[in-house]
Amino acid sequence: MKRYSSFAIVREAFRNHSGWKKAWESPIPKKKYDVVIVGAGGHGLATAYYLGKNHGITNVAVLEKGWLGGGNTGRNTTIIRSNYLQDPSAAIYEKSRSLYENLSQDLNYNLMFSPRGVMMLAQTEHEVRGYKRTAMANALQGVPTEYISPEKVKELCPIINISGPRYPVLGALWQARGGTARHDAVAWGYARKCSDMGMHILQQKEVTSIISKNGRIGGVATTGGDILCDKLCIVVAGHSGALAEMGGFRLPLESVALQALVSEPIKPVMDVVVMANTVHGYMSQSDKGEMVIGGGADGYNNYTQRGSFHHIEETVRSLVETFPMISRLKMLRQWGGIVDMTGDRSPIISKTPLENCFINCGWGTGGFKAIPGSGWATAEMVASGEAGPLASPFSLNRFKEGRFIDESVAAGVAH
Amino acid sequence: MLLLNCPYCNLSCEETEFQAGGQAHLKRQSVGSSDQEFESYLFARKNPKGVHFERWQHVNGCGKWFHIARSTVTLEIFGSYSAQTLSPPKQIRVNINKKLPEWRWESSK
Repeated sequence: MKRYSSFAIVREAFRNHSGWKKAWESPIPKKKYDVVIVGAGGHGLATAYYLGKNHGITNVAVLEKGWLGGGNTGRNTTIIRSNYLQDPSAAIYEKSRSLYENLSQDLNYNLMFSPRGVMMLAQTEHEVRGYKRTAMANALQGVPTEYISPEKVKELCPIINISGPRYPVLGALWQARGGTARHDAVAWGYARKCSDMGMHILQQKEVTSIISKNGRIGGVATTGGDILCDKLCIVVAGHSGALAEMGGFRLPLESVALQALVSEPIKPVMDVVVMANTVHGYMSQSDKGEMVIGGGADGYNNYTQRGSFHHIEETVRSLVETFPMISRLKMLRQWGGIVDMTGDRSPIISKTPLENCFINCGWGTGGFKAIPGSGWATAEMVASGEAGPLASPFSLNRFKEGRFIDESVAAGVAH
Repeated sequence: MLLLNCPYCNLSCEETEFQAGGQAHLKRQSVGSSDQEFESYLFARKNPKGVHFERWQHVNGCGKWFHIARSTVTLEIFGSYSAQTLSPPKQIRVNINKKLPEWRWESSK
């Protein structure tokens, strides 16, 4: 693999950019791998990367039914933060956020990580109390956040109308080292490094069934033939239920469509990420100048990757109240992704009833920010066979034991 | 936007009049049930990519709960029926089989 550098850009400029190599290979599948990962999204590729980097396991295949990073990795609103209430969540999200800080250097791929700061507006008394509590919890967890006044909100983001008629801004939870990153680049950067370590990324290979013998994993049947493995890791977000059914177990998940939209590009107007959970809307401005807007999830099970029109209407309506200057903006694109929601709105990183079959799912509406940390923790579990300190609270057993990691109140809909 | 038919009002209304209430035909667990049964009742869901039976409430209308059969892939609705039943009525199954001949009803475990 040729390193990307400013020197390489200058060198290629002198030879008509003829020296750039493919970022990753499309190899012919082997019969058998040590580890097969289903799903080449951010979480799957990060798992593969940390298996190689931290645990020296490189005989790995990552299967993908569509194209690399074409699911929720390429559909989210790219927000990175770690201001969660519960200790296990804060631990894994903060691990993830701190990995993002140096990930561009680590992967030799520009992820455009931009720690511009994330503010979560408190627009009801309930939220004021909730966020003050979260700020205290974060202080104990070692996650730097603070509760800020409406005046400070106005100073950080002048386009916010803090005296809105229905939902005035009463304060905000501010994480200065939160921000955004280029979502596609995260998948591409991991894929390039995985390919460089000799791992196989096999696109357009859909898993059609799981091969097991005496309760032990044997491999998977795919649209490109059978692939055997010692260990299988399922990282397929919205389609986890379908894969679990092939493996003969059920998951506490429901898949719903979550949608987002972007406006036409405009000159820079806001340099922070703003989330307004009461009114279900969040917004940031991309480097191209588009306002990136995320909205609410549909209330019913759904695999359509579209989302209901009335949710856009609600999101935009409430955002116009908070940001009056966007009322004349035209919206360019709208899309949806299938997110897998658990009962307590926390993810699952766990062993399954099938021996040597592992699962990473349930990230719901907040998976992008967790990609490096989730990959790190999942790789640790796959390599050793047991969940490590980051992953163990997120086991499947917590639903049976009533040991929930309840983020549904703390984080609401918007992650 | 889904168009749902409320079997009590006998009206076709837009989705915004209703509120979804999750998977239908769950067997309620109570005193004497095992941990496994409670886990299954409270959390395990079929989450099918295909025909889904679900509860809806006509929240901005008559306020009553009812069931519908809907495809989670095409969003097509195969019909709505009373919630006072343990399995979907014959007419609903016939409607589904017209579109999906392979489909068979399996009760929730």
